[in-house]
Formats: sequence, structure tokens, C-alpha cells
Amino acid sequence: MQNQHPHPLKAEARNLSFYYGGEVKALKGISMPIYEHQVTALIGPSGCGKSTFLRCFNRMHDLYPGNRYEGEIAFLPDNTNLLGADVDPIEVRMRIGMVFQKPNPFPKSIYENVAYGLRVRGERNRRMLDDKVEHALKGAALWEEVKDRLNDLAFNLSGGQQQRLCIARALATDPELLLFDEPTSALDPIATASIEELVHELKKRVSILIVTHNMQQAARVSDHTAYMYLGDLIEFGKTDDIFIKPKDKRTEDYITGRMG
Amino acid sequence: MNENAHISQLFDQELERLRTSVLQMGGMVEAQISLATDAYIDADMAIVNTVVENDKRVNELEKAIDDDCIHIVAKRQPTASDLRLIMSVSKIVTDLERVGDEAKKIAKGVRRICERGPMSMLSNATNVAHLGKEATELLRRALDAFARLDCEAATAVIRDDENLDREFKAIVRQLVTYMMEDPRTISGVLDVITIARAIERIGDHAKNVAEQVVYIVEGRDIRHLDKENPA
Repeated sequence: MQNQHPHPLKAEARNLSFYYGGEVKALKGISMPIYEHQVTALIGPSGCGKSTFLRCFNRMHDLYPGNRYEGEIAFLPDNTNLLGADVDPIEVRMRIGMVFQKPNPFPKSIYENVAYGLRVRGERNRRMLDDKVEHALKGAALWEEVKDRLNDLAFNLSGGQQQRLCIARALATDPELLLFDEPTSALDPIATASIEELVHELKKRVSILIVTHNMQQAARVSDHTAYMYLGDLIEFGKTDDIFIKPKDKRTEDYITGRMG
Repeated sequence: MNENAHISQLFDQELERLRTSVLQMGGMVEAQISLATDAYIDADMAIVNTVVENDKRVNELEKAIDDDCIHIVAKRQPTASDLRLIMSVSKIVTDLERVGDEAKKIAKGVRRICERGPMSMLSNATNVAHLGKEATELLRRALDAFARLDCEAATAVIRDDENLDREFKAIVRQLVTYMMEDPRTISGVLDVITIARAIERIGDHAKNVAEQVVYIVEGRDIRHLDKENPA
């Protein structure tokens, strides 16, 4: 995959398989690049393994016993295998942030939500915390709306604001890769549009991997798209190619809304 | 092209209706060229008026189909082969509408000739009439390729358009000699050249339709390719 692509690799799945509870093979030997400062979208029907794939990147599956990985995910530029037994999942999650389907702020103030990851990391300097919180909230396009009420409870924000707060929280630790798991499926069209706009802005700072059920969203926000089906990667390509001229008939059937 | 049904049956019906409308419009302009050619052969003013009158319906159909395309894009956000079909249909109807205009141009040329009185040079009618039949046939084959989404048939249409161009040039050369021999024929001959030119343009539009068929089926844009600039 190291061809003359204009963007360097940020990560690369290499023959990645994953088993839930040691039994169910949810991913079947997936090899796929994630390019730096690009948005990569994962699409596919429910149960195709796209969320499973996403969650391998920040070792979410480690939270449950019996789950097993095969193959590797190389994280560039240091070429760390994210799935290596010697790699600390907590460290991984500092470098790779995640935003979930439903906004899930902590029952704390706006400020403390964003500062949380930094405090976990041991940051005590108030000035440093203030700077990082402001920077993260600006990055998530939320600063102007909340700068005068940073001590308000996060739950008082609207759904779209809460989701941007979660993005700010993920940004605060300066991650290199952001994972989005259907980040707008609980939001209205206007909030969705603002998150999509934000994703477009964020790729200047981080690389992004996004799972979405909404194919038009994938078409709108991503540079590359991967179509997955039953744990297999069916097709990976530039988003324009996938949506105008997919190579695989199965991709075509899925994105045009046909029965396979 | 994808022959599987969409999950949304309504979407299937909309696309089907779009294709049917294009073929309906295609049939209409084919008939217009035939009528215009007949008008030329028989110097028949009644047919001339029919052609001019019918062209309004062709124009209406173009607008209606384009409107359908816009609605489908807005409502369905089509992708892949669906997207290619809709974009191509929008271009094909433009070509078909122009074919309609060319038919009207032929009819009006016939009217001018008739008004000037019977002319000896209509003895040349057979050549131009033959050109008209060939153009009609070429368009019919292009529409057939569209109906069946047949790339091979479309490619043959593109190739055969060159014959039409050659024949047109031969007719012009021949007509130039008429004008040199007898300058009194000039205005009449110019009308005949206008008619032949319109027929030759119909071949070009048939070729454009065929190129769109290749794009729909294979996603390959083969417009403006030539020997120096191959795919």
C-alpha cells in the first residue's frame, strides 16, 4: 500500500482478524491503510464488523474477557503494533481518541469534562490546563458558545453541543487519530451538519476514522471509503471512486440501496 | 449497469419511468427526421408544417425529463450506476432536443425551396435523402443501445458516424460543382447544403448518445478521444 499516495500512512491494519469470546470471527484478515490528515469512512450493513474494526484501534475490546486479535495494526510513524502485548491500552488511548454514537459527557462541568484526560495523565498546572481546554474547545467549534459558562454542568448543553464537547474532550490529549463511531446518528440535521463541518476542519490536526450508517455522510465527509461485509473488507478506495464507479458489484449494490 | 432491484421499489419505478421517457422522446425525434426527409423528397408543405408543429412537443418532453432527473437527484441522492444513468439521461435529452431542432431546420429548408418554385437540382434528392435515412438509422441504433445498455452496439454507432461525415462531404463537393457551372443555382444549392448539414449533425448527436451509453455501463468517459489522444 506504500505507493505514491500524496498522504503518508498514519496507520495500517495488516491481516487483522478478531474473535469475540474466542468463538465468533468478527473480522476476517483485514488489510487497510489509514492516511494521515485524511478522513477514512467505514460503511457496511449492521453486523459487518465496521465498529469492531474501529474499536480495535484503541483496544476497546480488551475490556471484555476472551476477545482475541490476530494480525496487527501498525501505528506510524513509530510503527508501533497497537495490538502488541507490550503496549499499554491507556497509552494507546492517549494517542487515539474516540467519540461515540450518543454524546456521553461525564456528570461534571464543561471545563472538567475537557480537562479529564489531561488530569488522568497527571497534568496539575492550572495555566496549562486552561490553555489546553480552551484550545480543545476551539478545535471542537464550541468555545464561543461556552466560554462564559465553563463551570456549568455539561448536561445543560444541547445534544449537538454535548457531542462537540465529547470531541473537545477527545482532542484535549492531542491525539494523532480520532475514531468516530456513528457520531451523528443521535443528532438532528443541523447538529449533524455542524459535526460534519467540524470533521472537515479537524483533519488538518488529526487523522480520522469514522463509522457511519449514513452513506451520504460518508460521501460528504470522507476522502477514502471502505466497504465491509460480514467481517470482510470488500472494497477500499477514494470516496469519489467508490460513489461514482465502485469496482465491486457488492459495493455497488449496497451504496445504491439494492438487495444483494 | 445494475439489474438488481432497489430496496425502494418507488426508486426503481422512478428510474424505469425515466428510461421509458427517454425512449419515448427518442421515438418522437426519429419520427421527426423521417417526416422531414419525406418532406424533402416529396417537396410536401403539409409535412413541413407538421414537423415544425411537433417540435414543440419534443421541447416540452426535454424539460419534463430534465425535471424528473433533478427530482430524483434531490430525493434519492443516487450513486454509482444510478448516478451515471441520471447524469447521462440529462445529457441525452439535450442531444435529442437538438436532433428535433435539426429536423425543424430541414423542414424549414424544404419550405424555402418550395417557395422558390420547383428546382431542377432536386434531382439530387436521392443522395440527400439517403443521408437522411442513414442518420435516422444511426439514431435508432444509438437509442437501441441505450435501451439495452449495450456497449458494443454503442461503439458501432460511434464508428459508423464517420461514414455519415464522409458522405456529407461528398455531397457538398458535388453541390459546389453545380454552383460553379450555373451561378443561378446558388441560393437553391445553399438551402440543400443547409439540409445536408442538419442531417450530418443528427449523426453527431447519435454519436453523443452512444458515448453516454458507454459511460452509463462502464463508467468510462470516451468523449473527445481521437487517434492522437486515445483512452
